[in-house]
Amino acid sequence: MTEIVVIARLVPDLVEELEIAPSGTALDLSWLRVIINEFDNHAIEQAIILKERSGATVTIISPEAEGVEDMLFTTAAKGADRLIKLTGIGEEKPTNLSLAQTLATMIKEMNPDLVLNGVQAHDDITGDLAPQLAQLLDMPYVGYISGVSLDGGKAKAYKEYPGGILAEMEINLPAVLGIQSSEEPPRYVAISKVRQMMNSTSIEEIQSSELETESGVVIKRMYLPEAAERAEMLEGDEKEVATKITSILQDLGLL
Amino acid sequence: MTQDIFLLIEHIQGQVSDISYIMTAAARKLAQKEGGSVIGILLGSGAEHLKDTLAVDKVIYCDHPALAEFTSDAYERTLVSLLTEYSPRAVLFGNTTLGADVSSSLSTNMEFPIVSSCIEVTESGSLISQICGGKIMVESQLADKTTLITVNPGGYKPEAGQSDSTPETIKFSPPDLENLKVKLSQYIEPDIGDVDISQEKVLVGIGRGIQREDNIELAEKLAELLGGEVCASRPVIDQGWLPTSRLVGKSGKTVKPNLYISLGISGATEHTEGVIDSKTIIAINSDPDAPIFDIAQYGIEVDLFDLIDPLLEQIESVKNESSG
Ligand SMILES: Cc1cc2nc3c(=O)[nH]c(=O)nc-3n(C[C@H](O)[C@H](O)[C@H](O)COP(=O)(O)OP(=O)(O)OC[C@H]3O[C@@H](n4cnc5c(N)ncnc54)[C@H](O)[C@@H]3O)c2cc1C
Repeated sequence: MTEIVVIARLVPDLVEELEIAPSGTALDLSWLRVIINEFDNHAIEQAIILKERSGATVTIISPEAEGVEDMLFTTAAKGADRLIKLTGIGEEKPTNLSLAQTLATMIKEMNPDLVLNGVQAHDDITGDLAPQLAQLLDMPYVGYISGVSLDGGKAKAYKEYPGGILAEMEINLPAVLGIQSSEEPPRYVAISKVRQMMNSTSIEEIQSSELETESGVVIKRMYLPEAAERAEMLEGDEKEVATKITSILQDLGLL
Repeated sequence: MTQDIFLLIEHIQGQVSDISYIMTAAARKLAQKEGGSVIGILLGSGAEHLKDTLAVDKVIYCDHPALAEFTSDAYERTLVSLLTEYSPRAVLFGNTTLGADVSSSLSTNMEFPIVSSCIEVTESGSLISQICGGKIMVESQLADKTTLITVNPGGYKPEAGQSDSTPETIKFSPPDLENLKVKLSQYIEPDIGDVDISQEKVLVGIGRGIQREDNIELAEKLAELLGGEVCASRPVIDQGWLPTSRLVGKSGKTVKPNLYISLGISGATEHTEGVIDSKTIIAINSDPDAPIFDIAQYGIEVDLFDLIDPLLEQIESVKNESSG
């Protein structure tokens, strides 16, 4: 049976206001709302699609964070077979390298054919996780993937280039792929189905090894962007604003 | 370790990508601080001439049939051997479909620290990165060993890294490139689609804020009244609500209309790099901190569904007046 492992992480929800920690060199994670990394969600979907197409066991591994259990049960409702929570993450965001080291030790024992991860996470500053993991697992890596099929010892994957060009890549398995988008949009599952999973499935906990939070690159500070040249904000009620926009459009010669 | 600043020149199908010039400009700043030269790494097959337009001091060129087009495995093997020999101060990669495939794995392989998403190098040699969809800035410094940096567009114009004077070439012999684990089978050109948004004069860009497929009609109405077309950010395309030919940004098209109206788009750098050259940008978003307001000339903090009807009415009435 094909073994697929997906790494899924929670990242800050960008709809919320982000704050800097008192240290001045990290995000303040204490009040932050986190949601699944969009690209990891696509990676999960791609794994489930592959399972439905030709059979596979899908394992999801997620570092612990507020709400990670709900996220994992949701993946079970979609069709994931095994759920693992990585514990011992600590207050500060670990470097991707040390996270990759812990994950690599776990994943080696699972002997997977394919490891999927979102191509990027928007809060990463120490490189991307998936290619670092690939290196430690001694597997090839290809990222920016939208669409994968498995055939014999190989994966056929479509890699996105600017302008909508796709590169069809042939990759020897086992491999790590960085998913940009799944072939179909991530599916919706009803809350009732997730609740069922909470009663029928369990989450395994695996303790991570000691994680590093410093990479050698010195982070001097993190800050909110200085409002350089902000847009001129049009104020007023909707009607007034509509009038203002219309007169701008007239000035531009569009009306 | 030398003080030289290296950069990986990116090219696809015989064309040097803009990010190569942008990296050249950033590398120049860093080299001024560190006191070394700016050196481009060019991997290809019969591609040495691609160096001609870059404002680098030297180019290290490695020629091999397996390097004709980018694949992560062949590039990585070559770069490991090249960087081991030259040991530069820093190496810049595009945070792109090419650069991001090799930079992070090289960093792990060679134990070189890596910094992501750099847009600018300051006078004092600090690196400024932009993360969290443009909502957080990070200032960092090179580590005390060779440091890898991925570069996002935004800080420098490509022209700043271009030059007419041809840089000197140093040839580098390729390592063993047999039994590669990644092969390029073919490029697949995109469906042209019904319109070429890169040629449109007026565009209405739709983001996740549009919420439902049915609502796209509202944006289409606005575009139609202005003689333009609709385009979209990635989430809208990934939902399958509009074809990929309408995608704007890093993995889509770069557009340069006279007017770009964005509806419910946050302004993540991957999107804005495709719209930054629009003449006028009007951004409509309910979040006052949305980064889109940093690149727009006009902004409206409002629920787009409250604004769209009065706006359509206003435009229609002005149009009727002028035609009647
Ligand atoms: C490798 C890579 C390549 C990428 N390539 C691209 C690309 O080519 N193009 C691209 O666009 N993205 C690309 N992305 C994705 C990019 O990072 C962002 O995730 C994406 O641009 C966000 O799209 P959005 O602004 O529509 O959605 P969101 O970031 O979710 O923003 C939605 C916005 O709508 C606003 N909103 C919500 N409701 C309303 C309302 N009722 N009225 C008004 N405003 C409202 C919210 O305040 C928010 O600002 C890429 C990402 C990666 C990692």
